[in-house]
Amino acid sequence: MTTYDVLFTIAGAISVASALLAVSTKHLVHSALWLIVSLAALCGCYLVLGAEFVALVQLLVYVGAVVVLVLFALMLTRAPIGRSHEHDTSLVQRAAALVVGAATAALLSAVLVSAYGNGAQHINAGGTHVLATRLFGNWVWPFELLSALLLVALIAALALARLPIGRRDAEEKLRGVSR
Amino acid sequence: MVVVGLLFGIGLYGVLARRNSVLVLIGVELMLAAAGLLFVTVGSLTSDTMRAGQIMTIFVITIAAAEIAVALGVILAVFRARGNIDMTQAGERE
Repeated sequence: MTTYDVLFTIAGAISVASALLAVSTKHLVHSALWLIVSLAALCGCYLVLGAEFVALVQLLVYVGAVVVLVLFALMLTRAPIGRSHEHDTSLVQRAAALVVGAATAALLSAVLVSAYGNGAQHINAGGTHVLATRLFGNWVWPFELLSALLLVALIAALALARLPIGRRDAEEKLRGVSR
Repeated sequence: MVVVGLLFGIGLYGVLARRNSVLVLIGVELMLAAAGLLFVTVGSLTSDTMRAGQIMTIFVITIAAAEIAVALGVILAVFRARGNIDMTQAGERE
């Protein structure tokens, strides 16, 4: 049991516990906030595994951008603040989801533990310099393709947000005509 | 490895058990995070000269960011069109 093991176990436990809270809490906004805790703890896991750059990207993109987007979406869709039972599913569906989720977790854990063993044998320390050389050497075309994908996604999101659709827009137009 | 399995299972539960579509997206994010952790772990356990594990994780994070931007755009469009974002009513006509 090395220091790495202890640190990884702590970060992983925090991540799993807060992920569990994120999917089970009844407060919509708390769910997004627990997602922050979970992803930040995961970033700690990456640090322990020797992937500093991935940890930083995770922190910037997920905790910085994605969770802010989720919070914005919750606000724009008028999410109720505080406990809400409006969007509760039936007990049967929740039980079925619990069974499926637990079964998947058990199956995946069993397969992965038998394949790789539990716990890191040796830490292949990253080195951001090597990573950058590889990223802009061998992996440069997938990287460029990814930047094109991001551009397309940006334009698509913008177009979706500006699309004149729906009941409310139509009502507003009618109101404008009747005036 | 147990952490990967648990995170994925929790994410799947989140996708299946929620009706608010923004919270379903949170479940999807958790599953993608589990996949990224698996990539990095396997990359650090094996002798990974190409650093494929870490680079794949960076790609997965980027794709997840693009995916969530588009998905939230769709959710906002659905909200404007229908007035709610309930997953169980998503296929029904008014």
